[in-house]
Amino acid sequence: MSAPALTQRDLLELKRTWDTPRGFWGWVSSVDHKVVAIRYVVTAFVFFLLAGALALLMRIQLAGPENHFLSPDLYNQFFTTHGTTMMFLFAVPVMEAVGLYMVPLLIGTRNVAFPRLNNFGYWVYLMGGVLMFAGLFSNTGPDTGWFSYVPLAGPEFSPGKRVDVWAQMITFTEIAALVSAVEIIATVFKQRAPGMTFRRLPLFVWAMVITSFMVIFAMPVVATASQMLAMDRLIDTQFFNPAEGGSAILWQHLFWFFGHPEVYIIFIPALGMISAILPAMVRRPVFGHRALVISMIAVGFLSFALWAHHMFATGLPEGANMLFALTSGAIAVPTGIQIFCWIATIWSGRPRFQVPFLYVLAFFFLFIIGGMTGLLLAAVPVDLQVTDTYFLPAHIHYVLIGGAVFPLLGAITFWFPKATGRLLDERLGRWSFWLLFIGVNLTFFPMHVSALLGMPRRVYTYLPGLGWTLPNALSTLGSMVIAVALLVLLVNVARSLAAGQVAGDDPWHADSLEWTIPSPAPSYNYAVIPVVEGIAPAWERSESSPYVTGLSTTVREVLLTSVEDVEPESRHEQPGPTIWPFVAAMATTGLIYGLIFTVWAVPIGAVFVTIGLIGWAWPRRGHSPDEFAEHVAAITVEGA
Amino acid sequence: MIRRLGEVAFAVLAAACGGAPQSPLNPAGAEAREVLTLGAIYTALAVLTYVLVNTVLVLGLRRRRRTVLPEVPEVAPAEEDERRLGRKVRNAAIVTALILAVYVGATWAVEAHVTSSPSTRPITIQVTGRQWWWEMRYQDSVPSQTFITANELHVPVGRPVVMLLQSEDVIHSFWVPALNGKKDLVPGKTNRVVFTPREAGTFRGQCAEFCGFQHAHMAFDVVVESQDAYDAWVAAQRTPAPPPDDSLAARGQQVFLSKACPTCHAIQGARAFGSRGPDLTHVASRQSLAAGTLPNTRGHLAGWIVDPGRQKPGTRMPPNPMSGEELEALLAYLEGLK
Repeated sequence: MSAPALTQRDLLELKRTWDTPRGFWGWVSSVDHKVVAIRYVVTAFVFFLLAGALALLMRIQLAGPENHFLSPDLYNQFFTTHGTTMMFLFAVPVMEAVGLYMVPLLIGTRNVAFPRLNNFGYWVYLMGGVLMFAGLFSNTGPDTGWFSYVPLAGPEFSPGKRVDVWAQMITFTEIAALVSAVEIIATVFKQRAPGMTFRRLPLFVWAMVITSFMVIFAMPVVATASQMLAMDRLIDTQFFNPAEGGSAILWQHLFWFFGHPEVYIIFIPALGMISAILPAMVRRPVFGHRALVISMIAVGFLSFALWAHHMFATGLPEGANMLFALTSGAIAVPTGIQIFCWIATIWSGRPRFQVPFLYVLAFFFLFIIGGMTGLLLAAVPVDLQVTDTYFLPAHIHYVLIGGAVFPLLGAITFWFPKATGRLLDERLGRWSFWLLFIGVNLTFFPMHVSALLGMPRRVYTYLPGLGWTLPNALSTLGSMVIAVALLVLLVNVARSLAAGQVAGDDPWHADSLEWTIPSPAPSYNYAVIPVVEGIAPAWERSESSPYVTGLSTTVREVLLTSVEDVEPESRHEQPGPTIWPFVAAMATTGLIYGLIFTVWAVPIGAVFVTIGLIGWAWPRRGHSPDEFAEHVAAITVEGA
Repeated sequence: MIRRLGEVAFAVLAAACGGAPQSPLNPAGAEAREVLTLGAIYTALAVLTYVLVNTVLVLGLRRRRRTVLPEVPEVAPAEEDERRLGRKVRNAAIVTALILAVYVGATWAVEAHVTSSPSTRPITIQVTGRQWWWEMRYQDSVPSQTFITANELHVPVGRPVVMLLQSEDVIHSFWVPALNGKKDLVPGKTNRVVFTPREAGTFRGQCAEFCGFQHAHMAFDVVVESQDAYDAWVAAQRTPAPPPDDSLAARGQQVFLSKACPTCHAIQGARAFGSRGPDLTHVASRQSLAAGTLPNTRGHLAGWIVDPGRQKPGTRMPPNPMSGEELEALLAYLEGLK
């Protein structure tokens, strides 16, 4: 790319301005989106491994009939914690986290909008996860399944605090998800590099924007519902108690109105990751940028109209069942269009079989199995035979591992050098890829068989003579292979961090903007803000490409651009690191932890949260209108 | 015809896995057969689509293989080629939409059929889900002919059966794969499942909605038999328990009535009126104990009575310590309740 005239001194100044302060307090108060996001990603993977370990223990319990390895009490806590962790503490947060890391880099800005909120969101998320596992380790792990159906999860049938831990953990993760959704939308709408119109916006960024809007519509519903459940349990409201005029079905509607979009909140970022990896791997831009965007938006909308297909067996009116069968079938059309566009991309490209590309290819072989079983689940009479059997775990793991975890691991392999400056080892990468691919199939394919032989899900054991022994033994074997694959992956990450091949700016010769800056990305991301002229900026840039000057090197300034034309509008000074978001997050934590035990936690906790927010919002230095005019004046586009 | 596919799959799986009494691939009812046909068609379609899409993908991968770096990327591929690709993607999308339209239509048709009300007079059975067993109440237009049993259904071949599903605690799900799909038992409402058995035999059913601690052990048997056998069974079920026929059994009845048993269990004709646990009037006629958990043999019955939590941790039935003599007598009495 072009090298505008920035002296060494300017770069040092930029670095001093944007670097996260050293020491523990610097670390907890960081506002660098990369520092916060990497923390997010690592934390999410820790939860992934913990929940995976629980799955391994469950598989050992189910290896043979009438096994006594786990008691029903432990088993029920394990499967609930496994599902809840994977959905709320791993899948959604890890996608948001990769978004928070990559979106500013992909759109050519120096930080996310609302960087302090970003830091706040991480701590809230972390404390939600800590609550969940503190519960499990103190024998207070939730045990009513990741969707906690009432009345089983109500006060009468689940006394104690297990379900309260679950309900309040939801509150934490929903706050964190909403916070990052708001950040991503504001960042993309106002901070794109000049010229990066919506037609040129990278598909991964599109995916994150669509996901963020979905989060804003879906998460408040579950946060409300889980608070209603908590109130039923804590102060005897009777929202979900049929004996007092409440409704058990209402909970399911509320939960799945969130719960189905949730799956797509995980899935759509993964679609974006595939579109981000493909161009570098097949040496051309993704075919059908507009079709892919429209398809993702269509999937986003439709995903809010499918929720009742989780409830076919609850006895909804026939008309409703048929309507939801129609919408569930319909979502296959935009999903299909995306798959066709990628195949067209590969068909007309020149593939290079590196590890990120292997993960993308595995998507087709694994996800489509999940998609097809999804169609069986949408066909009401067939669904009524297979729902709530092992068909469900088989389906959801093919969809979410094949459709989200594989693209995620591909994306992490792909972007690892941008974050660390080093490449992951290719040979170990292939080992862990193939072990994972084999392990996933060996674990989850036999579950279709155990389902068709009649095995319900969520049973801690089963009798011999039902034909379930062999498929279960195979699944258990497969889960061990997955464990080995993840171990190899961990070894690879550790080794590559220490002594991996140095990547350079652009190890994949890729198309998008982040590959024009050094690896690892400096704290200020872009020393000069580039002007984007096409859909593959890194491939299109040259010495004469235009860029923006006028941003301060001594103040944390980002360039704001107009939403539609993406013209430079003004320089915006961002707040620096401070301890207050951390304080506010801890006060919020105290409030919500307390709410498990007493409703008095709300007024008392509110005082501390307010103190945190006042400290956070304490005015430091106002801007006079003159200063604002100056902010606008200094921006110039050069080289155009 | 297509259902044969499902049946062949079943034969292979059942042989490989050693029998399968609870499989939707082995239907014994009109509705389950129809659903299996639909499922087999969809599965065939799904396999075809999967193979087709991934074949195109693999062909695309093999088409222009290059491995040398750095390659010059095609930043702006030729417009002519892009248009051709676009047409292919569009056609594939149209085909997908058409297939899905047929799929939704077929789903609607079969769904309407397998849930339609039976034309002939059905047998109506009300099922109440309990943590963790099933109460079955055979309804009759003459109220005195109604009778209650637990964890075992008997139905005749060829007569439609309407199950009315209710719950008194949490949500359960009634599922006999050989007869029809499942429906939930939801507190506060009554759901309905219809099936028409076509083949005699014993088929296993199981709770399919997670309902707490012992969800894993909440099964039941459905005995499909000839009309004559069914009539005889019904007649027997309607009769109160006969008085004990020897002194040991009489002593057993005394044990039953003097211990905690009648708090939860009823025996018609023996002054035991509890309703929290299964009705035991004809317990000895049933095939299994503890909701499909144990075969109904003397040894299992004894173990179950003395320490139910051993087989089914968390069960609502408390342990019942008693002397060997008492247990002996109680077993003799219960085994007489045919």
